[in-house]
Amino acid sequence: MTTEITTDVVVIGAGPCGLFAAFELGLLDLKCHFIDILDRPGGQCAELYPEKPIYDIPGFPVVTGQQLVDNLMAQIAPFAPEFHFNRMVNSIDKQEDGSFKLATDADEIFHTKVIVIAAGGGSFQPKRPPVDGIEQFENKSVFYSVRKMDDFRGQDVVIVGGGDSALDWTLNLQPIVRSLTLVHRRAVFKAAPASVNKMQELVGEGKINFLTGQIAKLDGENGQIDHVHLSTDAGDLSLPATRLLPFFGLTMKLGPVADWGLELNDNTIVVDTEKFETSVPGIFAIGDINSYPGKLKLILSGFHEAALMAQAAKAIVSPGERVVFQYTTSSTKLQKKLGVA
Amino acid sequence: MIIHVTDQEGESHELEGLEGWRVMEVIRDWGLNIKAECGGALSCATCHVYVDKDWLEIVGAPSDEEEDMLDSVGDVRSNSRLSCQILCSDAVDGLKLTLAPSAAKD
Repeated sequence: MTTEITTDVVVIGAGPCGLFAAFELGLLDLKCHFIDILDRPGGQCAELYPEKPIYDIPGFPVVTGQQLVDNLMAQIAPFAPEFHFNRMVNSIDKQEDGSFKLATDADEIFHTKVIVIAAGGGSFQPKRPPVDGIEQFENKSVFYSVRKMDDFRGQDVVIVGGGDSALDWTLNLQPIVRSLTLVHRRAVFKAAPASVNKMQELVGEGKINFLTGQIAKLDGENGQIDHVHLSTDAGDLSLPATRLLPFFGLTMKLGPVADWGLELNDNTIVVDTEKFETSVPGIFAIGDINSYPGKLKLILSGFHEAALMAQAAKAIVSPGERVVFQYTTSSTKLQKKLGVA
Repeated sequence: MIIHVTDQEGESHELEGLEGWRVMEVIRDWGLNIKAECGGALSCATCHVYVDKDWLEIVGAPSDEEEDMLDSVGDVRSNSRLSCQILCSDAVDGLKLTLAPSAAKD
């Protein structure tokens, strides 16, 4: 069933810049909903480098990606933004009254006056191995995740990778497949030791195969693979296979943003530097995903962009209302909103 | 110092490197086809290069952490390195490398 949600602002991307936007918008009484493809807030900070120290956040000589995200979540908590994780925006349609109808792949429709794209390098998508023609098999016989285990029942499955996803699915699928071969470029795994041990036991019992190598080529037709060619230290070999599961982690792709009719420049969204508005009035872009003369891809630039964007967003949501610029240090009104006065 | 880079299309480029820069930063700064999405945090493998055989010994072997990251690309060879982990210095003046297919932008 379709869920319908009406709000002032939808922020696409819950990375640091998107999160801080909720603060600036909140001070102006604008209600935010977040949509993110990951399962938690933080974007790149949480997904790519949670433990890495960042040294160029003003006021923090050093802070890790995860600490920064945790702090931002605490900072925006008074405004109670709502989060919709594990989904992607499918379409954005501008309505006659200037508002937007935004649909996600989780069967939600958002009715919103303002959209803020804070999607960083784009959405995180499974990394596609560099194999010619792999696209034609995707979602038919090559999958980057297991959505329905039944799709693998009785199949000849090849799993590629040496991390937890590859190991976990090797163990989970083994009981229901016809055959299973795990392929990794080396005999070293970066996965839970218990899973690695269990996998090695299954290999010892002859229930699965393990090969060191990499995928070189896929054979098949009409979207159905029949052979996976591997290059290995011992030479090339060809495995009969009906399902392939490559697990190479995630990478960022611009994805559906490219289809929303916004002016783009080299995979970034062109904005002005007064409001950080895109070529479509009412749609803003902040953080790494935007570009303008002199742009620096720094988190601190995104924070600045969020503050200016919020003023422009307020003018759209509450037209004609006089906005008095206030400081959190002195304004009791703002302090009440933050729950400290 | 100079770095000789062959891109994914087979075209050669002679890039001027600056002492102390990471080789990835030089390649990115010159606008070649390198995604380098984590920006040098050793958290992805999208600055993957193949080091010319003559330079392998000078550049040295990847660290364990770098090897782990190389698990996330499907085109690893014995001379694979992440270019964010090679520092520009006089020792690597003249370095020759080739951009891996997995380093390409979308």
